[in-house]
Amino acid sequence: MGLTAKSSGLNLLRETFNLDVERNNPIIALAGNPNTGKSTVFNALTGLKQHTGNWPGKTVTQAQGYYENQGQEYTLVDLPGTYSLLASSTEEMVARDFICFAKPDATIVVADATNLERNLNLVLQVTELTDNVVLCLNLMDEAERKNIKIDIKGLEEELGIPVIPTIARDGIGLNDLKNMVTAIVNQDKQIKPVKVKYSPQIEAAVEELLPEIKNTLGELSEGLNLRWLALRLLEGDQTILDSMQNHYFRENLKGGVDCYGVD
Amino acid sequence: MLLTQLPLGVISEVVSLEAEGIKRRRLLDLGLIPGTQIIAKRRSPSGDPTAYLIRGTVIALRSEETNLIKVR
Repeated sequence: MGLTAKSSGLNLLRETFNLDVERNNPIIALAGNPNTGKSTVFNALTGLKQHTGNWPGKTVTQAQGYYENQGQEYTLVDLPGTYSLLASSTEEMVARDFICFAKPDATIVVADATNLERNLNLVLQVTELTDNVVLCLNLMDEAERKNIKIDIKGLEEELGIPVIPTIARDGIGLNDLKNMVTAIVNQDKQIKPVKVKYSPQIEAAVEELLPEIKNTLGELSEGLNLRWLALRLLEGDQTILDSMQNHYFRENLKGGVDCYGVD
Repeated sequence: MLLTQLPLGVISEVVSLEAEGIKRRRLLDLGLIPGTQIIAKRRSPSGDPTAYLIRGTVIALRSEETNLIKVR
């Protein structure tokens, strides 16, 4: 992991998320729906005893821990459980801003294997925002008990991301998960998630917006996912502009981009 | 009919969402799209909110939300 001018700019940004950049660890984010065993995965990987429990909003602020794999230390950040990344609640905003601005080197999405249909919505939203995603299919024992069989290979192909089955409570599959994260961080594993395509009207509007966004943001557009940003602006999402202002500027950015929202 | 009027225990199906903007987004993210099966499981003593089984998860919705959801 070479330290370039760009990555030290990123370090400044990461510091705003209370990340200890002195350690120079790869940053791994842990996302997922509520109640998928996310905090259990977090505790199993870091050896911490963050309180796990079954009620909404348990992890509103992000918890951090460390783990080692193949001689490298990693910083793992437990994001609040959400059904969405589209920032209609504090939890969603915390999760989205972290992935968007702290730019984790890899993101683990924990999904409930007994309830894939519901969980895949968030997976698609995360892969729309960042490429370096691994799906941790947790609660595989529960799935087996309910006689649910999952075609892991098929799922990997449809999503375009690696899928690791786990039973976090018993520590099963976690080594595979750690090794996959290491492979992603070391760029031994290239990931090209299958992206959602929208209607021709929306795709055309995105194309139209992209050069404007690039112009407005200048250098800042470098590390950002501009397609994703364009989609949020088309939705009229004010919160992303507020977050960008918080993380990038002290002065007013709004005037420049606001007029393209649908509001 | 509106989801608000759905009796407990009856299996129904989402026809349309009348909500717009961020409210609509929220309902979609909860898994409510046209064709989704939904069952009212339990109602709070005051009659609001009501707990619904949606795609394998029980979620409580207020009448301000269920008034925007048409089911059959």
